[in-house]
Amino acid sequence: MSAVAEEPSSADGQSKLTKINEAVIRIAGNSQDGIQAIGGFLARLAGRSEQEVMTFMTIPSTISGGPSIFQVRIGSGDVLSAGDEADMLLAFYQHSYEGHINSVKLGGIVLYDSDHVTPKPEWLERYRHVGVAISSKTVEAIGGTGRDKGKNIFALGLLARIYDLDVEKITRLLGERFGGKDATILQNAVTCFNAGHAHQLQDLLKTYQFRHAEVRGGQQVVMNGNEALAFGLIAAGVRFGAGYPITPWSDIMELLRRELPKYGGTFVQCEDEIASISMAIGASWGGRVAVTGSSGPGISLKTEALGWASMAEMPLVIVDVQRGGPSTGMPTNVEQSDLNIACFGGHGDSPRVVLAPSGVEDCFYTAIEAVNIARKYSTPVLILTDQGIASRIEAFVEPDLRKVCQDISPDLSPVPDHKPYDLAAPDGVTRHLAPGTRIASGKYPVVTGLEHDELGHPTGSPRLHVAMTAKRRNKLRKLSADLPVPAVYGPAAGQILLVGWGSTYGPMREAVDKFRSLGDAVACINLKYVNPLPGGLDEIFKGFRHVFVVELNDEGVYGYGQFGAVLRARYCDPKIRGITKVDGLTWKVKEIVDRVRAAVAGAPVKA
Amino acid sequence: MSELKFPFTPLPRTGGTITSDPVPPLADSDRKPLTKKEISADHPTWCPGCGDFSVLALYFKLIERRKMWHEKVTTVAGIGCSSRFPYFVQAHGAHFIHGRALPFASGVSLSRPDLHVFVFGGDGDAFSIGGNHFSHTARKNIKMTYVVMDNFVYGLTKKQTSPTSPIGFKSKTDIWGSLDRPINPLKQAIAAGATFVARTTHTNPNHVLEMMEAAMDHDGFSYIECLSECVEFYPGAFDASNPRKGGKFDLVPKEHDVTDEYGAYRLADTAWPGCFGIFYRNPRPTKNANEAKIIEEHRSKVSGLADWEILQKSFARMK
Repeated sequence: MSAVAEEPSSADGQSKLTKINEAVIRIAGNSQDGIQAIGGFLARLAGRSEQEVMTFMTIPSTISGGPSIFQVRIGSGDVLSAGDEADMLLAFYQHSYEGHINSVKLGGIVLYDSDHVTPKPEWLERYRHVGVAISSKTVEAIGGTGRDKGKNIFALGLLARIYDLDVEKITRLLGERFGGKDATILQNAVTCFNAGHAHQLQDLLKTYQFRHAEVRGGQQVVMNGNEALAFGLIAAGVRFGAGYPITPWSDIMELLRRELPKYGGTFVQCEDEIASISMAIGASWGGRVAVTGSSGPGISLKTEALGWASMAEMPLVIVDVQRGGPSTGMPTNVEQSDLNIACFGGHGDSPRVVLAPSGVEDCFYTAIEAVNIARKYSTPVLILTDQGIASRIEAFVEPDLRKVCQDISPDLSPVPDHKPYDLAAPDGVTRHLAPGTRIASGKYPVVTGLEHDELGHPTGSPRLHVAMTAKRRNKLRKLSADLPVPAVYGPAAGQILLVGWGSTYGPMREAVDKFRSLGDAVACINLKYVNPLPGGLDEIFKGFRHVFVVELNDEGVYGYGQFGAVLRARYCDPKIRGITKVDGLTWKVKEIVDRVRAAVAGAPVKA
Repeated sequence: MSELKFPFTPLPRTGGTITSDPVPPLADSDRKPLTKKEISADHPTWCPGCGDFSVLALYFKLIERRKMWHEKVTTVAGIGCSSRFPYFVQAHGAHFIHGRALPFASGVSLSRPDLHVFVFGGDGDAFSIGGNHFSHTARKNIKMTYVVMDNFVYGLTKKQTSPTSPIGFKSKTDIWGSLDRPINPLKQAIAAGATFVARTTHTNPNHVLEMMEAAMDHDGFSYIECLSECVEFYPGAFDASNPRKGGKFDLVPKEHDVTDEYGAYRLADTAWPGCFGIFYRNPRPTKNANEAKIIEEHRSKVSGLADWEILQKSFARMK
């Protein structure tokens, strides 16, 4: 626990109370043990206590079972990543204990289920071991054979005792989660929790207490990235979506399917990925920006239709929750390896917009921006999120919903005349009229994938192909000019600039803090607008001797990650280098720091 | 964080030199049925004598007869000779990618209940590259009319075997004659769960129009298999069904029960050239209606609330 200040203040004199700013708790067990539930309770509790929280989880891609972890980092200050090292490991099995002991900082606490875990003598010295017969105590508390049911809640009770958590708030959370038709379920949960909380931890003398977090403006909401993105789409006015199940995108379609009818909307589960994007495009043509999405191979399947949307200049939002690839790859692991397909995937020149949210809160606002950019520039927009953001839980200040919720219903009132692909349009942007709109001139447009004239009718004219290609490209140039220059975190000039995109933001910023605390002149920028790029990057690069692009994908044949290659191609600057990895996990702060150090020292930039 | 770089902005309706000022509404009673001249756009690029001309002419006639207004005519197609259709119709149209016209049209149909969507395509579009979508659109009973102009050959790419080419048909990809059993579109449609299945041929204009009208009146996925001769790459393919060429045009027997799925299936197996008319018509709730019902149920629980208030209720549970 960082910034530990000893403050013996407990009245009973038995356990000392230590004030802490933050704690990283790693819970390790099997995927069906409900460890996500413990983490979820802790995250939600933190959100209600105005604390910052970030979680990190791994789930096996097996159908049922398999080792799984859930890490929660709760802090009274900024929490930007899920934490490199755990202050506490809660281990349910021998494999959880042995597999995750290395994630605990020296002197940290290992709380283990003594029914299943036998501590190793060589580790007893290095970590503080606390054994509790979690399984048998749970059965004792709620009776029956109970086969593992409820032990997660018992463990939550233990954690509540150790971290002096607000029991009243947790009990209310239990009520919200388990208070359903069957009253015994909630009763059992509360009994388990109380048993854990009342358990005498003889050998653990210290209790910890979080410092009060500063009061934020407004109440916090707690959710994962997929939820934030889906709700953002609803706020943006999206009322139609179509998709096909694939991990980790499915949560978004499930949520939209469940929620959209409340707003008069529909989400359709299609027969395949191609039908999904086609149906969403059809609905967009119907007059209101629609959404489709996928992960991994599903995105590949959508690229032909995406090319049509680019050619026909149809607004559309496509969500790509990136996972390890190529092919089926690592479906439940994180990677940022879809940048190339998002920016360039498809045949022909097919400009499109790509946005990458930096975290859970940003997912909500990025979804709204994606819809607004799609409308304003009449273009498909991809949102590149990833498995890491999708599954992690964060607390953030509730958006001003009255302000951000928007109505994008089509205007079907008649117009005198209309040319969708008007080459003389002052802003150079196509405007479609939804079918059902009367055009008094009697000249109606066609939307098409063929090269076309201003009314959308096919043409083989080289002159028009040149002009229309330029039109589709120039609107992205215009968007680029409208984009904000990314803010530099850290000094405007110095030794090293780290460049990230999307979810690299948190750990990269913490890495900068680490460097700066050691006196190094290091800064970072994180790009949300990935394609087209904003202006002003070259000016930022000028201030630094080294530029490292930190991303979760392979260094490729030429030694740069995918975004690194884009920046090198764009700026022809040989000082741009890549720092990449593909181990399926989010960046640890230490990894970034070590890799950058090694690279600056002249070592090859290798993992 | 809550500063949106791209907040909502109202957009101009049309671009460029054209004014986007609205024009006054026009009462239906003040409008005359559209003439062929008003409803036709580009001159069709089909080969002279192509069966598709007749289908297009009858679509115009349908629009005129049923007093459909320009803006309500919604024509969608995929890729193929017949799929050029939307360019020839002076109305809102979409020319989508190969094989995916049905899901595109589904998006329009499900999000715009005020429009009746017509989809035109060929046998390659419907039964080869788009085969999956045909089954699922039929199964879901999404409201639209789908006319497949079946010519038993790939015409746009100049004579390759199609999924409906009969065994023995000599094409550039089967120079010794096609080997694979052709699809029977009617059986396919019935088995997939289409709620309206009819068969017609371009050489009998009155019959084509009659089928189109019946299909349009059907509340659900209505499918018309329309034989449409490719004079360039498969001339004479349908002579057996054309009395002017010595063939016979048999109607679906009067005693056939159109709600009998198995009877329709058996009828679809009648020896070549088979018979023409409505094979199957058995309404069941459309996806459009089922979804509308779900929406109505959900809306009734949040009646009186603005969208942001509904969202706020969801967020209240995430605190």
